[in-house]
Amino acid sequence: MMKKIENREVLEQIRQTSREQMNKSKCRVLICAGTGCLSGGSGAIYDRMCELVGEHPDVEVHFGPEIAHGDGEIGVKKSGCHGFCEMGPLMRIEPQGILYTKVKLEDCEEIFHRTIEKGEPIRHLLFKRDGIEYQRQEEIPFYKKQTRNVLKNCGHIDAEHIEEYLSIGGYEALEKALFDMKPEEVVSEISESNLRGRGGGGFPTGYKWSQVAGQKEKIRYVVCNGDEGDPGAFMDRSIMEGDPHKMIEGIMIAAYAVGAREGYIYVRAEYPLAISRLKRAIEQAEECGLLGEHILGTDFSFHLHINKGAGAFVCGEGSALTASIEGSRGMPRVKPPRTVEQGLFGKPTVLNNVETFANVPMIITEGAQWFKGIGPEKSPGTKAFALTGSVNHTGLIEVPMGTTLREVIYDIGGGIKGDGEFKAVQIGGPSGGCLITPHLDVNLDFDSLKKMGAMIGSGGLVVMDDSTCMVEVARFFMNFTQNESCGKCVPCREGTKRMLEILERIVEGKGKPEDLDLLEELATTITETALCGLGKSAALPVMSTLKLFRDEYVEHVVDKKCASHNCSALRRFIISPERCKGCSKCARNCPADAISGRIKEPYVIDNDKCIKCGACESACAFGAIHIEG
Amino acid sequence: MLNQAYYDKTDEIIASHGLTQAALIPIIQDIQAEYRYLPPELLSYVASKLSIDEAKAYSVATFYENFSFEPKGKYIIKVCNGTACHVRKSVSILERLYSELGLSEEKATTDDMMFTLETVSCLGACGLAPVLTVNDKVYPAMTPDAAAELIRELRGA
Repeated sequence: MMKKIENREVLEQIRQTSREQMNKSKCRVLICAGTGCLSGGSGAIYDRMCELVGEHPDVEVHFGPEIAHGDGEIGVKKSGCHGFCEMGPLMRIEPQGILYTKVKLEDCEEIFHRTIEKGEPIRHLLFKRDGIEYQRQEEIPFYKKQTRNVLKNCGHIDAEHIEEYLSIGGYEALEKALFDMKPEEVVSEISESNLRGRGGGGFPTGYKWSQVAGQKEKIRYVVCNGDEGDPGAFMDRSIMEGDPHKMIEGIMIAAYAVGAREGYIYVRAEYPLAISRLKRAIEQAEECGLLGEHILGTDFSFHLHINKGAGAFVCGEGSALTASIEGSRGMPRVKPPRTVEQGLFGKPTVLNNVETFANVPMIITEGAQWFKGIGPEKSPGTKAFALTGSVNHTGLIEVPMGTTLREVIYDIGGGIKGDGEFKAVQIGGPSGGCLITPHLDVNLDFDSLKKMGAMIGSGGLVVMDDSTCMVEVARFFMNFTQNESCGKCVPCREGTKRMLEILERIVEGKGKPEDLDLLEELATTITETALCGLGKSAALPVMSTLKLFRDEYVEHVVDKKCASHNCSALRRFIISPERCKGCSKCARNCPADAISGRIKEPYVIDNDKCIKCGACESACAFGAIHIEG
Repeated sequence: MLNQAYYDKTDEIIASHGLTQAALIPIIQDIQAEYRYLPPELLSYVASKLSIDEAKAYSVATFYENFSFEPKGKYIIKVCNGTACHVRKSVSILERLYSELGLSEEKATTDDMMFTLETVSCLGACGLAPVLTVNDKVYPAMTPDAAAELIRELRGA
């Protein structure tokens, strides 16, 4: 248990001791304990490594999460997400900076005896690409091309111990704000930095804070939006799991700047690990007095609570989120009054997302000018993206705003997976749009993307290759939005339902050419009249795909074909007479009695009876059945 | 009728959160975590304890997808159908599980109360798509065959 930090000097002392202890350990083994690697078995790898260190008393070591901060020479730690999720479980060994990928339980012994004891790298565990073997993590192209500021500590510190965060300068920004800056100076520093909300809207953070700070009402709240509901996005999850204190520090600085005494973090229920890490982080901060009354002996007091979501995407919208914390249905309300005027419990509220808060401590420490030096002036800083889909290296990445899509997909992501060709990237989830080959050199920042009819959204980048049907993708997103529509306003409730029906009709081969016009008309109406951001952007995936892939829609509607064979109702199975041996296996497996023929003669499929299930294709031992076209 | 133990447990949960309306969601979340579903009797009970209308409590419980008035199986399987999982063909995994377990979109829980099969919009494990979870444990890079094998293992366990 850590002692209470009563003033600035004690904080610096503790930081110093933590740093010295960190430096003492000759070797640090950081095993990724993010959601991804844990599912690959990193928990057992951690236990095995601890066991191995324990079994060898001849190698003088002290370790373990509880005593890792003693004076041991080998520290085995559970770190946050390294981001290279596809290659997990990951293990980083310091001081060499070696990154082992796809580590298995049986590799532990070898790692201990060769790398930890002798400092030798183990070749088969190193990352390889294009015949090159990468010994150091920082040299791997996936990392080399990134600028990891917000994610800097993720994967490098043990997220479950506040001492680790303190040892690398944690809570220095809070200290600077509390002792060297007035609240209004903090607000103007953030305004000056041009930091814009990372949750998708890109609203200037400093302006938001100044509006709250300027309200007559003195009870104010700070709320952190960790309801990362966009399918295909997990940046915020990784920050909450891998570096929770950075975000908490940012929330506290905001609270100091706007004069709030209470704060809430709203985390979606699908992130159990993030919730438990945050709980632990808050407990530790309370224990040592960094949260609570009279923080560091000043007049600033602050309490932080966690609220768990209950499975409603719309709660990512500001007024719905605050309604949910208040214990009501999470439904957006008409604005104004805005959240900054009447937010949580009707009081002025700063509502920012996880990544935005995680940027704050760096801006306070390094200054607004430093921050503006990264990326374009109007939308500076870095942005974390969740790179997923048909790309070689999926994972969590961070690049300066303004980086091109090409650099992200090809340099960092290692190009398209398998033999497929790049077709599109879906950005911004169900509120976003698609970008295609001519857009590969577009800069990824708020303003450039808006011009393209897309948006950064929260930062999900789902890469799609030519095996993906864009009409089906549009249907997928519309299905999602329709499910999540809260039902309060008519345009969204009814409009998305009608749009979904049309899209379903099209993928089932029952579409009519005039459906495309109807889709566009509905899209415009919903966008212009819906109550909240969910509704206003609900039609974007359809509009974007209609604009970029109109041919595909026409093909579905007119020719009743789906070139990528995604839409099962549009498939036509045929039996090649040359290959068919007439064994009758397909006919026996067909649940619809659609296949007929005589033994030892080629069989035929009656496409009127066929239910397109594909049972015949998988049953055929001679590869004689395939989809036409 | 639920036996008294349910009400005692609920009292305990209410006490840990306090008697405010803002505590409603955390309270019913804890009840659901305890019993794997939200017994309707307990929702009414909580509403009366918090002095809020039963209708209001009911409106909240039905709004959020996580709450279920129906008992769930021992193993709750959630197949992720987020974008990344979807483009890596998660639907075929779901279909396979439906047929393995004899379930459908309308029928989510097996008669022996062993399995509940649900879909979820995104689990945030997109780097490992397609994924599913069994009682919150994440299973990465799934295939229809691996999912079927997992069911066999769970049945044996």
